[in-house]
Amino acid sequence: MNKNLKEQVLRSSGANVLKCMRCGKCSATCPSYDEMEYHPHQFVYMVEKGDIETLMKSESLYRCLTCFACVDRCPRGVEPAKVVEAVRLAAVRQQGGNRLSPDMIPDMLDEDLPQQAIVTALRKYAK
Amino acid sequence: MQRIGVFVCHCGTNIAATVDVKTVAETLGHEPGVVISQDYQYMCSESGQNLVKNAIKEHNLTGVVICSCSPRMHENTFRKAAAAAGLNPYLVEIANIREQCSWIHKDIATATEKAIILGRAAVAKVHLNAPLTAGESPVVKRALVIGGGIAGIQTALDIAEAGFDVDIVEKNPTIGGKMAQIDKTFPTLDCAACILTPKMVEASQNEHITIHSFSEVAEVKGFVGNFQVKIKKKARFVDETKCTGCGLCTEKCPMKKVPNEFNMGLDNRTAIYIPFAQAVPKVATIDPNYCMMLKNGKCGVCSKVCSVGAIDYKQQDRFIEEKYGAIVVATGFNPIKLDKYDEFAYNQCPDVVTSLELERLMNAAGPNGGTLLRPSDKTHPHTIVFVQCVGSRCDDSKGKPYCSKICCMYTAKHAMLIREKYPDTEVYVFYIDVRTPGKNFDEFYRRAVEQYNVHYIKGMVGKVTPKSDGKIDVQASDLLANEQLHINADMVVLAAAIEPDKTARPLATMLTTQMDTNDFFTEAHPKLRPVESATAGIFLSGACQGPKDIPETVAQASAAAAKAIGLLCKNSITCNPCVAHSDELMCNGCSSCEKVCPYGAITYIDKEFRMPDRTTKVRRVASVNPAVCQGCGACTVACPSGAMDLNGFSNSQIMAEVDAICK
Amino acid sequence: METFTYYPGCTLRTKAKDLDTYARISAEALGIVLAEPDDWQCCGGAYTTAKDEIATKLSAVRALNAAKELGRPLITVCSACHNVIKQTNYDISHDENMAAKVNNYLQLPEAYTGETTVYHYLEMLRDVVGFDNLKEKVTNPLTGRKIAAYYGCLLLRPAKALAMDDPENPAIMEDFIKAIGATPVIYAQRNECCGGYITLEDKAQAQKRSAAVMNSAADMGAEMIVTACPLCLYNLRKNSGSELPVYYFTELLAEALGLKEASNE
Repeated sequence: MNKNLKEQVLRSSGANVLKCMRCGKCSATCPSYDEMEYHPHQFVYMVEKGDIETLMKSESLYRCLTCFACVDRCPRGVEPAKVVEAVRLAAVRQQGGNRLSPDMIPDMLDEDLPQQAIVTALRKYAK
Repeated sequence: MQRIGVFVCHCGTNIAATVDVKTVAETLGHEPGVVISQDYQYMCSESGQNLVKNAIKEHNLTGVVICSCSPRMHENTFRKAAAAAGLNPYLVEIANIREQCSWIHKDIATATEKAIILGRAAVAKVHLNAPLTAGESPVVKRALVIGGGIAGIQTALDIAEAGFDVDIVEKNPTIGGKMAQIDKTFPTLDCAACILTPKMVEASQNEHITIHSFSEVAEVKGFVGNFQVKIKKKARFVDETKCTGCGLCTEKCPMKKVPNEFNMGLDNRTAIYIPFAQAVPKVATIDPNYCMMLKNGKCGVCSKVCSVGAIDYKQQDRFIEEKYGAIVVATGFNPIKLDKYDEFAYNQCPDVVTSLELERLMNAAGPNGGTLLRPSDKTHPHTIVFVQCVGSRCDDSKGKPYCSKICCMYTAKHAMLIREKYPDTEVYVFYIDVRTPGKNFDEFYRRAVEQYNVHYIKGMVGKVTPKSDGKIDVQASDLLANEQLHINADMVVLAAAIEPDKTARPLATMLTTQMDTNDFFTEAHPKLRPVESATAGIFLSGACQGPKDIPETVAQASAAAAKAIGLLCKNSITCNPCVAHSDELMCNGCSSCEKVCPYGAITYIDKEFRMPDRTTKVRRVASVNPAVCQGCGACTVACPSGAMDLNGFSNSQIMAEVDAICK
Repeated sequence: METFTYYPGCTLRTKAKDLDTYARISAEALGIVLAEPDDWQCCGGAYTTAKDEIATKLSAVRALNAAKELGRPLITVCSACHNVIKQTNYDISHDENMAAKVNNYLQLPEAYTGETTVYHYLEMLRDVVGFDNLKEKVTNPLTGRKIAAYYGCLLLRPAKALAMDDPENPAIMEDFIKAIGATPVIYAQRNECCGGYITLEDKAQAQKRSAAVMNSAADMGAEMIVTACPLCLYNLRKNSGSELPVYYFTELLAEALGLKEASNE
């Protein structure tokens, strides 16, 4: 358990993970469930336990689409996507933590891809 | 000269561990007027009370201060002890040195100092106490029960059994409530109608019971023992005294496309209707929103076929007034609307239903004659998914914060009944927790799992996608397997949260009773007075007080009846003498007190006053009805001229306490 | 005639010109002035919900403040810009701490604390023009076309910040479809994510998501899908594997108003 990291994530997310009643609706509604190693309800629970480093190393951080389905449908108002975002930020803010850099972009482009996708990805994947 | 006795209780270690009781007793012994000051281990015990009684006699005490627990606990005990020793009970004051002192402090010195101050304030107050005598008011020996579901029926039957007249006011055309819509009951699986309808018939036949169906309470005045209630008898356009309930009119009525509320809108009824076969009273009612005769004067078929001439298109709402000694609220519950939760596709797909709709779908008197068929295509469903806690246990912005309590059990019941009748049907129940505290309840749920092989899955459903082939994709969590499931279902059943009936809130205002933030009526004490409201003479029965199943509702209904009977048995009731009164010479008739009085106890009278010059002058002054006043004191604070005062808590007494504390 | 401060966003200047062009000509025909400020910056594409992120929220605040200074509501047509700007506006008016940090950084002549009203173009059609009025202005109704509205995630959620429509049972796009004379098709996946930016990283996931949306719409009998989001349009067209045509809602609006051919000439 990393107390400092936990506090940092809680502060950054603004979420209260103690409101969770373990119903799993966030994971039930998540469109990226099958692509994730740790699912939204696990993010909430692991942050509660202070097991942040495991999450920071997980690919799951980059599978969340920030579609807010879990945020709007959580019966308890826990806002799991904001928890995921806070952990992801903790990861990309580390030295060498950027997942995407501008020089990687040209290879990803196709003629129809909207700019929106690139700026969003940079916002999500890099600091 | 006052002769005051002070008695300091140890309450075992509850007080004595944190408060130095000896010092408190000794210090208070030096207060002016105090002639005896003692401490004792348990003041409320027989010997503790004797200590007080003997001191009253021996020292000829004019006032008593007990330093002990909250007056809510033992004020009455010590008042009775004082009265037994010949002292007016209202000359006893309690200084709460337990809940407000020893329990909330850790430091002995601080707690002791505070206990002394609290005791000193009580001594200062008791100096100004006046002996009070409680008045009496007569009791009308008739009860009103508002709501004719199982709660109201049971309460009425019990009150009638004791020999008192009782009226039931039911807003629907028939009594029976939600229980009449239910097919089977848990945990015994007996038929709801089979156990309910005899009670409905009994209520209608009992000479002590009058049923005002299709009626509403319009106005409530008065107070415990003597309520005056105006009841609105809504126009049903059928003369109840003539209608025989033959049902010919309902067969002939050409307007056949009215959503049938008894079957949750799953089929249609006619514009003139009898809600169901066992309705009580079995009298037809015309729905003015659909009747073509009432809407545009073109029809009149029911009038033509009625052999007794009961149809009366000109009928108007009528009001009757009645007096009651006691009122029992039994307004019940409804499932919530599910618009906010359309991730479950309730609004998109007819095969996504609520549990109460499923009751009707499975009921022999329901739209499919008891065969479970999908509403969309009337085919037999082979895979059914139940979703628990829809709108219950939510954050305030998302739904109801409470557990609706009945859903775990009725879902187990539904699941078992389906598996029993249709073994080829797979049943899934998505649950967050299975809550089955109750006699034979958990065993019932285990039977669903172990004998009937119902698939209980720990997790919630997250998205329901109806498809064009009639199947429904149910996307859900299986938390124990750590999987996201997709179930190809034929039907989805939602356990919608329950909430108090919408009529409860305006009724609470009329009755000046309290409600919680969820609009459930608040009981006078959550443990010790569970069926009384905080307003004298108003009792609570059934789900209007909180979610309840049938056994619990019936138990509470009988308890409410017992409380009402206890009241009706009395010829008169003793009033609380700690009520407000106004000094007519100081009152300027401004109405401030009348506006803040939550009980409607204050009226204004024109009174003649003799002036110094021997003329008379008529002035408008406040007058408090001591039988209605509950002694809350709001008027004394609101009164700008200081005319309003509260017996036992006069302005001068409270100022004396404040002075003593600040000394 | 009502004037709005129009924030087109970066994509509408490049890959989503159709969304922009048809929005402008339709607005003009409806008597709405879209006044574009000179110096807007990219909104960033995604709102960073983190409380300790301030810099990434500034461009949206600048746009909001520009509208405030002009005394006009702000309007966007791109779902992503709309989402970022509305979430920013919601947080800055509900989170004092964030408002203080942002204002401390920007040093505006007057602090910005959420004064600007933000509209999505669809909200403008509903609340300012009115769908009934729109219906009257339609010269070329799209009668008989079965159109599925695709909300995606950005237009509706988080509902308390976006406050555009019921997030689970929305009606605004269906009402729009009715107003232009077509028949809306309701399908459950209309408010689920298309995969969004994941197309850069994981094509398979984007394909799976967009296919789920398109299949659900096609299954319920849709002949065409409309969206307000360039990235949704991209995913649904390129990643779903579906043949169902996907258009911007503004293009259909222009068509119904009889402006489409004119603009192509």
